[in-house]
Amino acid sequence: MTDPRDLHLAELAASIPYLRFLGLELRRADERLISVLPFQPMLIGNPMLPALHGGVTAALLEVTAIVGLLWQDLASDEGPWNKAAAAARPMPKTIDLTVDYLRPGLARDAFAAARIVRSGRRYASVHVEAWQDDRSRLFAQGTGHFLLREADAA
Amino acid sequence: MTDRRATAQRFIQALPHAAALGLEMEEIGEGRAVLAMPYDPRLIGDPATGVIAGGAVSTLMDTASGAAVMSHPTGPRSTATLDLRIDYMRPATPGQVIRAVAECHHVTRSVAFVRVIACDADESRPVAMGTGAFTLDLGR
Repeated sequence: MTDPRDLHLAELAASIPYLRFLGLELRRADERLISVLPFQPMLIGNPMLPALHGGVTAALLEVTAIVGLLWQDLASDEGPWNKAAAAARPMPKTIDLTVDYLRPGLARDAFAAARIVRSGRRYASVHVEAWQDDRSRLFAQGTGHFLLREADAA
Repeated sequence: MTDRRATAQRFIQALPHAAALGLEMEEIGEGRAVLAMPYDPRLIGDPATGVIAGGAVSTLMDTASGAAVMSHPTGPRSTATLDLRIDYMRPATPGQVIRAVAECHHVTRSVAFVRVIACDADESRPVAMGTGAFTLDLGR
């Protein structure tokens, strides 16, 4: 029996062209959301090492933070799953993102998970970690601020 | 300059992900690079508006920054991003080219510092601005 939230995650990933372009998948693991970026040669930025493009790493972190914010609401929803309400949520907008590159991303699958440090009515601060084979050996981390909704019109 | 630009465009084409995004080198030299990303529906991040994903803009800005470092007069052999902070001021207008101008404004023996700005057709209102620190291998 597929959890309706998994279907929604699959639909969300399929509905965003850029996620399809990257081949990014969204998975639920122990009530946490994990982004999976299966390796493909077009993700390479440095063909000498070879290493993932730094922009791909930034994109993985940003997408994971945004979907993490959407997921936070979905996971905390009580009562029956309301797909229409989930789909109607506005997409959080990135205000800023700082990426800390710890080591090259290798030519293999990459994973990321977000921790929502603070989420208020309008703004959220999110920390994201990315790893490959070993969850404790990060290749990048990032912090971003996101706008959840605009100020009410005066 | 044309030779150098052709060399730079080959350099970009040799980066598989930069080629996948269709990035085009417009200017390069003396620690400064101008890189363009044509509008491409595959890169849309918000299907409701058609706005290009932040990640694609980040990639454009990171690539322009790395190219600016590589073109610095000190002649680096290689570089890698240590840290990149990007502020997203407004969504890029759908359908327009996004152009990043990166400037490597200071280098030490081991580190290069970069400022980068991304604009669409309205150059008076930037889409995003970034500051980055890059590794610098001078091979000495």
